[in-house]
Amino acid sequence: MRGAIIAAMAALWALAPMGAVAAEHELPSRDWSFEGVFGRYDKAALQRGFQVYREVCSNCHGMRYLAFRNLTEIGISAADVKAIAAEYEVEDGPNDEGEMFTRPARPSDLFPQPYPNAPAARVANNGALPPDLNLIVKAREGGADYVYGILTGFTDPPEDFDLGEGMNYNTVFPGNQIAMPPPLFDKAVEYADGTEASVPQMAADVTEFLAWAAEPKMDERKQLGIKVILFLIVLTILFYATKRKIWAKAH
Amino acid sequence: MSQIPQNRIVQWIEYRLPIFSFMDHHLIDYPTPRNLNYWWNFGSLAGIALVIQIVTGIVLAMQYVPNSDLAFDSVERIMRDVNFGWLLRYLHLNGSSMFFAVVYIHIFRGLYYGSYKSPRELLWWLGLVILLLMMATAFMGYVLPWGQMSYWAATVITNLFTAIPAVGESVTRWLWGGFVVGNATLNRFFSLHYLLPFVIVGAVVVHLWALHVHKSNNPLGIDLKGPRDTLPFHPYYTTKDLFGLGVFLLVLALFVFFAPDELASSDNYIPANPLVTPTHIVPEWYFLPFYAILRAIPDKLGGVVAMFGSILILFVLPWLDTSKVRSARFRPIYKQIFWLLVVDTIILGWVGANPPEGNMILIGRLATAYYFLHFLVIMPLVGKLERPRPLPESIATSVLGGGGAAAEAAANKMEKA
Amino acid sequence: MAETAPAGGPGGIDDGTETRRDFLYLATGAVTVVGAAAAVWPLIDSMNPSADVLALSSTEVDLAPVAVGQSITVVWRGKPIFVRHRTEKEIEEARAVDVSTLRDPATDAERVQKPEWLVVIGICTHLGCIPLGQKPGDPRGDYDGWFCPCHGSHYDSAARIRKGPAPKNLYLPPYAFVEDEVIKIV
Repeated sequence: MRGAIIAAMAALWALAPMGAVAAEHELPSRDWSFEGVFGRYDKAALQRGFQVYREVCSNCHGMRYLAFRNLTEIGISAADVKAIAAEYEVEDGPNDEGEMFTRPARPSDLFPQPYPNAPAARVANNGALPPDLNLIVKAREGGADYVYGILTGFTDPPEDFDLGEGMNYNTVFPGNQIAMPPPLFDKAVEYADGTEASVPQMAADVTEFLAWAAEPKMDERKQLGIKVILFLIVLTILFYATKRKIWAKAH
Repeated sequence: MSQIPQNRIVQWIEYRLPIFSFMDHHLIDYPTPRNLNYWWNFGSLAGIALVIQIVTGIVLAMQYVPNSDLAFDSVERIMRDVNFGWLLRYLHLNGSSMFFAVVYIHIFRGLYYGSYKSPRELLWWLGLVILLLMMATAFMGYVLPWGQMSYWAATVITNLFTAIPAVGESVTRWLWGGFVVGNATLNRFFSLHYLLPFVIVGAVVVHLWALHVHKSNNPLGIDLKGPRDTLPFHPYYTTKDLFGLGVFLLVLALFVFFAPDELASSDNYIPANPLVTPTHIVPEWYFLPFYAILRAIPDKLGGVVAMFGSILILFVLPWLDTSKVRSARFRPIYKQIFWLLVVDTIILGWVGANPPEGNMILIGRLATAYYFLHFLVIMPLVGKLERPRPLPESIATSVLGGGGAAAEAAANKMEKA
Repeated sequence: MAETAPAGGPGGIDDGTETRRDFLYLATGAVTVVGAAAAVWPLIDSMNPSADVLALSSTEVDLAPVAVGQSITVVWRGKPIFVRHRTEKEIEEARAVDVSTLRDPATDAERVQKPEWLVVIGICTHLGCIPLGQKPGDPRGDYDGWFCPCHGSHYDSAARIRKGPAPKNLYLPPYAFVEDEVIKIV
């Protein structure tokens, strides 16, 4: 009886859609270096991805929580981080005269935002608000696959598709119309490590960078996780053996 | 005091506050039925889960900022800059899911074995009070990160209070501290979220006090007849509980370290925006069945009444269940009805996860109707009409040898694990 | 009240006296203690300064814009730091003092790395007020250094306590010259 019920439940589960609405199209599913129990971020990809973010995306998209000092985590040296920071100006103050002033950024500063506030961002982008990218990989169903899908999903619209004014057709974006024009084109960036900058390559690299930006502690989390699980397995076996030994007297 | 050292210091304290004999009586020598199976581990696991939530919560509260402009960012700071902040946050988030999972299993254990029946009605009520407090605490806790789901779940659920006739609007405004969910709401939710777990601790103390009066129920559902029916809590059940703890921590660790955001909504990584409603507002998984019941009734007040009613009805369960027999082991009809209830609550959970469209509405209504039918109609009838199997003489005879049908021997296999 | 059947202590020998502990129980206990300690550590460590606080724990100061005779105040770990570009006169005065007469003896050479740059923590060692003397027009006390208005401590041009209730000289922060005219306060 119980088995029949469980089988029926399983059937129901399989038949019905769960949770949020499924994506419009099949999401391209890539094998990311950081997937799975033993997955870790690929530092070379992270650095390339940072270059793409810096040269392409940061013109419109901010990264609210990214500080220059965080870049040492993706393998950029402290000296290089200092140099990168110094290329940017940040506001500071007030000084003794009560005025705000700008100064070169330091590693402890956050990455400057492209726009001072949301209305300014909208004005510069035809009314659309480019979302902050720091958490985008965690804030969307499909995660990295979704972001990669968006970046590589720009194509010409089908014959009968009614594309709105100023919109761009995208196979992955819900509704298939996205305000952002395709941000990547062949060789948009010249990679420092010489990798060929095709659109899929840049999309994959910047997505990996964004995944790291959403969860910089993932490597640490998984590494600690393996140790903790192994420890707990040993501990649980010890607890079980102790329990059996104690209970042997009761039977 | 079999295992506590009898030295002068112990005696000095004992004379002034008999804490050692208290511990001995309630934790060490305490008589516990010898036939408890692993379904009885879940009470101690619930206690552990509560401790984990409180400890991680207190440390998180040192870094979290309960202001609507700063809350979301303060959580991200915890995740990125605070030493082990990510671990504390994920422990607290997944710990709450583990807490509910463990408590739900604990409750279903009670339903199966008749632990709510006389003389344990008050114990059962105290448990339900703990459940209600947990639900309030979890609801407010989820609002604190101030993500999209935090904000809109708060809006939807607090809006329910407008359903109260006459005073609904004022009560809701009073709850909000404003005209919509906002900073005032967030701040008071933080205060109450910090407070309620300690109220839960108090309720747990009384719950355990009530438990210790008539002792635990057991899988056979029969009363304790003599000392051969029990074992001292230590070392038998302390060690068994420790094993259960190991398994619990393993499951928790699997979530925390390898699937920390699995049970949560990705929408909550978007900062709250009062002007944009997410496409699908979904509560945390442990609220899904109640959410389904709420939406099953087309009337707002009716939905609220049904949702709270689904828990309140459990208060009168000891009287709704007319059977003289406690344990479902000896109740062949009720046993199957019980599993139907389990399936029904899972279906309700699935309905709650999906948008209320198409077939989902009908399924939700049928499942809700069945839920209340189970308690209000089926249980009273089954109790009266069912012919229970003969009960064994005592726990001792059933466990230690001698009497008992083949059913007993097969049932006892679990206990020897 | 039901009594319990005799349980027997762990170890198997039920003679009531302390028994030999079995290796299993010892191992389990030890592993549990290690686990408990490891579990407690993150709770404690989370209260240590976080990464964003540590990032601000060192400050670099560009000394080039500070003219001779000028003082600037910078913030290091939330505390004010007095950086004074000392004049020849101030250096002479500081060196001329008989160290044995000082409440907190220290030679001028011990208090500077380059004689024309004095870098001290601008918190009075008495009860924590911020002494005056940084701005032109500020009272500098009787020794051409700093004057604390709270209880009247006077510091000289090497920021040593000369008069008043403060027990110690203004403290020196750990700093180093990373370039000719740039210091890093660690």
